[in-house]
Amino acid sequence: MTGAGRGRTWRLAREYVPAALLLAGLVGCWELAVALFDTKPYILPAPSRIWDAFLEIRGTLPAHTRVTMTEAVLGLALAAVFGILLASVIASVPLVRRVLYPLLVVSQTIPMIALAPLLIVWFGFGMMPKVLVVEMVGFFPIVVSTVDGLTGADPDMIALVRSMGANRWQVLRQVRIPAAIPAFFAGLKIAAAYAVTAAVVGEWVGTSSSHGLGLLINRSRASFRTDELFVAIAVISLSSVLLFAAVHLLFRIAAPWAHVMTREDSK
Amino acid sequence: MSGFALRRVNHAFRGERVVPVLDDVSLDAAPGTFVSLVGPSGCGKSTLLRVLAGLLTPDGGEAEVGGQSTIGRPGLAAFMPQKDLLLPWRRALQNATLGAEIAGMKRPEARARALALFDQFGLTGFERAWPAQLSGGMRQRLALLRTFLTPADTLLLDEPFGALDAITRREMQAWLQEVWMGHQRTVLFVTHDVEEALLLSDRVAVMSPRPGRIATVVDAPFARPRLPSLVTEPAFVSRKAALLAALDDAMARPSLPPAPG
Repeated sequence: MTGAGRGRTWRLAREYVPAALLLAGLVGCWELAVALFDTKPYILPAPSRIWDAFLEIRGTLPAHTRVTMTEAVLGLALAAVFGILLASVIASVPLVRRVLYPLLVVSQTIPMIALAPLLIVWFGFGMMPKVLVVEMVGFFPIVVSTVDGLTGADPDMIALVRSMGANRWQVLRQVRIPAAIPAFFAGLKIAAAYAVTAAVVGEWVGTSSSHGLGLLINRSRASFRTDELFVAIAVISLSSVLLFAAVHLLFRIAAPWAHVMTREDSK
Repeated sequence: MSGFALRRVNHAFRGERVVPVLDDVSLDAAPGTFVSLVGPSGCGKSTLLRVLAGLLTPDGGEAEVGGQSTIGRPGLAAFMPQKDLLLPWRRALQNATLGAEIAGMKRPEARARALALFDQFGLTGFERAWPAQLSGGMRQRLALLRTFLTPADTLLLDEPFGALDAITRREMQAWLQEVWMGHQRTVLFVTHDVEEALLLSDRVAVMSPRPGRIATVVDAPFARPRLPSLVTEPAFVSRKAALLAALDDAMARPSLPPAPG
């Protein structure tokens, strides 16, 4: 291994090993406590029991995850499309900004858990209301940060491009839009972190589908299979992390320039 | 080939109170000449450049580049602001061609012209680098390359070497002279370094503190190419002394009438 390679391994180890040790310690304490106090499995199952439940139901997990992830990704895509559209209008028309911004903030104070059943009344038990829950949760952070990005471009940079004779469209194309990309992805990342949970809430309220992680939670709870419930929670967390990582990867591909090491960084 | 002309340009900034920045400024340059503008910080040098760049409409007066008025009309001169302002999302080559592309040059032609200049601007091998990966001197040279590629005969350079260390700065001065001699464009060069101005220019204009006026114009009739050793020759030193005296004189004179009593 090269010196640089060893340095990198060491850095990675220093970064992640403490957190992994803490997690292992907590799981160990959990196992020990359940054995010591003889806790009933439907109240708190031991980690080993959760692992057994995972092995038992793992065949059905991909189908559940696929349904929920489809809803999450569709909702996120919808939130991105509408978020960009609305952000563009808000950034370019001051009146729209004054009218819509307060409404947008108020819309965020409505609890999703109250709105989700209403969406089912309106749109039925199919996939649509779940996608809409994800869309409504993800919309706000995307709009807010994209507006900041579009309006926050360096005025000197805009003046420079104008001095070259650029028209409004060229200023937008060359400066404002590229400058807004990192901000847009910052919003999309926040939305992605909540998307799976939002889809689960949508399913949990009611679904006609035979699969979905929200449905799995409901069933496990109803049959007092707390160990299965924990398996579902772990899968939801893992899916959220994966979605977040996928968005980050997309950001790296869309804006490689935002990820280069500057000379100042490398000093 | 075109020169530029400023005729009786007046301007004031209106914030909480009115601050006059330019007071009856007239200055012109024949095609192909190198003119420098020196003056204390805040005397309105950058404001003057923005007027010529067509970015700022002055309260009064005329500004022309190549015989065309720049009032409300950007794009006639190639402008290089104090900051390099490279677009972080364009690679070095794409940054170099930005002005040419906006002026309507076809991309392959702009690229070919830029590539032909990369060596002269000391950027060979960095065509695909992102601006964040370049050193301060390279960023400045790339910004200059972009300015040179902008299809305008008049270049407006606002303290292009202000942010560089003294050694890099000397190198860049020698290099700019060489590039300018090869391209023969009209240049208005803003600096507050008197020696730099004399070394590079055909004429040096001295501006007074705010509100800026042209206090005096000094010729620099030295043969080119000028070597760095020129700065110690008597003819150079005497002109430098004259410039510094003019600057001190402008600084000492109260820019507004003193309060009575």
